[in-house]
Amino acid sequence: MKLYRDLFIAFFRSGILGFGGGPSAIPLVHKEVVGTFQWMNDDQFSDVLALGNTLPGPINTKMAGYIGYRVGGIMGLIVALIAAILPTVLLMLALLTSFNQFKDNPRVQGMTHAVVPIVGVMMGVLTWSFLKKAKSGLGWKKASILLIGCLICIVVLGIHPGIVIGVLLVGALLLPEKKNKIEVHAKGKSESL
Amino acid sequence: MIYLQIFLAFLIPGIVGYGGGPASIPLIEHEVVNRYGWMTTSQFSEVLALGNSLPGPIATKMAGYIGFEVGGVVGSLVALFATVAPSLILMVLLLSLIYRYKDSPRVKRLSKVVLPAVAILMGTLTFDFFSESYASNGLWETIFIAILTLLLLEKWKVHPAFVIVGGLTFGAIFLV
Repeated sequence: MKLYRDLFIAFFRSGILGFGGGPSAIPLVHKEVVGTFQWMNDDQFSDVLALGNTLPGPINTKMAGYIGYRVGGIMGLIVALIAAILPTVLLMLALLTSFNQFKDNPRVQGMTHAVVPIVGVMMGVLTWSFLKKAKSGLGWKKASILLIGCLICIVVLGIHPGIVIGVLLVGALLLPEKKNKIEVHAKGKSESL
Repeated sequence: MIYLQIFLAFLIPGIVGYGGGPASIPLIEHEVVNRYGWMTTSQFSEVLALGNSLPGPIATKMAGYIGFEVGGVVGSLVALFATVAPSLILMVLLLSLIYRYKDSPRVKRLSKVVLPAVAILMGTLTFDFFSESYASNGLWETIFIAILTLLLLEKWKVHPAFVIVGGLTFGAIFLV
């Protein structure tokens, strides 16, 4: 019982104190898991994090679920997940449903209009950080060829982004490891869809 | 039937979104706004704004709320399940397998090769938000708010929650 309570506290705290989405809360998770409760050491934690990043999907819930599972089995997984997700979802529901009751009020409409360019800037900043990550991960040449290929596929041809990403992943796994060939093939493949 | 749609709408961003929750936002938008038409871009940005001003993982906040809007409490649970379960199940089942190949360059490049696609998706969503703002607020208001936001967030490192609360106040006073 104490274990489940600890798991709940660890992932509740790191969820409710972390702003800016899951990835920015990872240091807080690290602090709870490695520091406070010592379920893992530093190396184990960074292994799990690195492997979690090779899989898709939200990272925070993957970490919570996996660490919960490793520490406390299926019940641990469920407890850690609930602690990571539920409090903030409930907060969100309470806030937005009360907000929506006043949506015909002109002041509330002004509020919702003002917020659009702000999230635009936030999205733009996020775009920039992913561009930088793409450049440092792939090199500028490969990154820009893939960028143009994706732009054509997603925006111009209107191919579902899931398909484009799927093709990229299959390419990453199957294509040979000669660096210069990869970019040409990956681009050609995604365009021929 | 609506629950199946909700499940699919959040399953795809959960399966193809590399780079954590924020990377799946444009994929969620693609399903929720473009494909199923449950929300307009402006409504989506409102949800995203409030989501950004609250703590916790963003993908599950979006899923929980949008699922609730579309299909009530069950809808919310279905959306949350679709967001979290597939990648978590993969993680629990495959971890020992991936662990064996963790130094393989192919596995390493998996998470890198999708970055350009995610960046393009985020870029188009950014563009959508600005054109939406141009339509409802006008050009100069959009430029003013955008530059101020950029300075506050990046130069003066003001917490996003305060920037959004400030924006809400500004809108309630000046954009009526």
